[in-house]
Amino acid sequence: MKAFIKKEFLHIFRDYRSMVILFGMPLVMVLLFGFAITNDITNARIAVLDNSKDVVTRQIIQKLVSSGYFILENNITNQNEIENVFTRGKVKEVIVFESDFANKLITGGNANIQLILDASDPNTANIVTSYTSGIIASYSMELMKQRSIAPVNINIESRMYYNPELKSVYMFVPGIITVLLMLVSAMMTSISITREKEMGTMEALLVSPLKPFQIIIGKVMPYMVLSFINLVVILILARFVFMMPVAGSLTLLLAESLLFILMSLALGILISTISRTQQQAMLLSMFALMLPTILLSGFIFPIENMPAILQYLSHIMPSKWFIIIVKNIMLKGTGILYFWKETLIIIVMTMFFIVMSIKKFKIRLD
Amino acid sequence: MNEREKIIEVKELVKKFGNFTANNKLTFDVFKGEIFGFLGANGAGKTTAIKILCGLSAPTSGFAKVAGWDVGKYPNKVKSNIGYMSQKFSLYNDMTVKENFRFYGGIYGLPGKEISNKTSYYLEKLKMEHTQNVVLNEIPLGWKQKLAFSVANIHDPKVVFLDEPTGGVDPVTRRQFWEMIYETADKGTTVFVTTHYMDEAEYCERVSIMSEGIIEALDTPAKLKEHYGVDTMNDVFIKIAR
Repeated sequence: MKAFIKKEFLHIFRDYRSMVILFGMPLVMVLLFGFAITNDITNARIAVLDNSKDVVTRQIIQKLVSSGYFILENNITNQNEIENVFTRGKVKEVIVFESDFANKLITGGNANIQLILDASDPNTANIVTSYTSGIIASYSMELMKQRSIAPVNINIESRMYYNPELKSVYMFVPGIITVLLMLVSAMMTSISITREKEMGTMEALLVSPLKPFQIIIGKVMPYMVLSFINLVVILILARFVFMMPVAGSLTLLLAESLLFILMSLALGILISTISRTQQQAMLLSMFALMLPTILLSGFIFPIENMPAILQYLSHIMPSKWFIIIVKNIMLKGTGILYFWKETLIIIVMTMFFIVMSIKKFKIRLD
Repeated sequence: MNEREKIIEVKELVKKFGNFTANNKLTFDVFKGEIFGFLGANGAGKTTAIKILCGLSAPTSGFAKVAGWDVGKYPNKVKSNIGYMSQKFSLYNDMTVKENFRFYGGIYGLPGKEISNKTSYYLEKLKMEHTQNVVLNEIPLGWKQKLAFSVANIHDPKVVFLDEPTGGVDPVTRRQFWEMIYETADKGTTVFVTTHYMDEAEYCERVSIMSEGIIEALDTPAKLKEHYGVDTMNDVFIKIAR
């Protein structure tokens, strides 16, 4: 067993291409995704804290909802609930109207609206703010015409939660962690197992007294260690280069990552049992794992804006759930209570992949 | 002959895949220190039989004992007592000669010191001491095959299975390879070898020839030739395989 793990490390260090993938990847990704990508929003969920409840505020809410960009998720009644709706991850924006809004606006010509945003995804937060402001501005124009009153002014003040400076690094670090753990764990293991099959050394291993599970553990152990090192490197980069703190429990983050690594490894083994050559394994991991992970997990493109069918598809992406977890821990600082469902989904997926790959492995042996 | 210790005992061994019978009631024994040629055309069921004897797949019915252990019940005991070398090369091309020895010695549970002793013993015998830190990629195929054979013997197995060990090797190296096989058999290790080269079949002590899942003939090369009234093993093979 020890000999096996040692040998596996030798393979990795001898093969400079895999070394490049292992350690060059974080760098390239950080640089690439540092240039944030803007996109449109549709159906952003919002909550309203209406301290005034008058004709004007109702009309503004009506305007926002009928614009098609927003869905009113819930009405809240006091300040303390704001934090709560964000940590539950339901809404992107909370709109707060000050009390006596209509009166202040029409008689005094001046009223205040506060927009509070979940900026753990800074792109979306920015866009949501500007859409909201735009709609409110056009409403105040209409109001002036309708009532032919002197110019009124609605002051909009926005506050960003979780990421006050709107750093896009806050968005892409969780994504990069996910993609890299997936890449290193799933792709590298599947390639290294199929390589043994191609070379014929797999036969030699199978006729040795090593049990199949020992072979598999020997295979995945080094990649588990390397994935973990990669994770730590990214976290250190995030902390000291981009000044991005981990708001929640670091232990919890590492534990959840370990779970995700385990799932990716199981997936890698599954891929290796169904592909005969290294190229096949590589292509399968690329198209079946990497692209969906990048495109459908909410890493770059907000899932809420996708067509319904893609949204459903995104549910079966393990990475989608992991990104939610990482964002929760790193940005919102929430505990397991807020994402036990996501954790459970990943656990179920892990079990599923392990059972599947054991089945496939046995079929292949016969 | 009967006093010799049986290392492989096979009785009425059957392996079926669905409706297809790959091995039909194989029965034969192989003795200690014997070089046993296991021949047959492609698809005759050789590979299936070897897989069963190596403990990789369980027989459908019948019974096989290798190195004293029932392959169906104790595949792992069988595995620790056999060596294996396949037509596809079984060493790691990106590791050095020494690292390959170390790895295979390690998975068979040999202590570190014994591995280094064995490594220097085999390298000296092959006159390849200078290559111990060379990555295998840079070594010619013939030499690699000899190394693979040595590695398959590193844990002093009771039987070594050689699955077309000399495929793609030049005649001189093949000759040397067979000298190694003789030496190994002289030390008491049973050699179970498959090959498509009929001249190599002549080197075996006894030969079995399979066709469509059954063993058609099993005897010494001389007796087989006599029985079929031909001059070479090649002709024997052609007669049977047809």
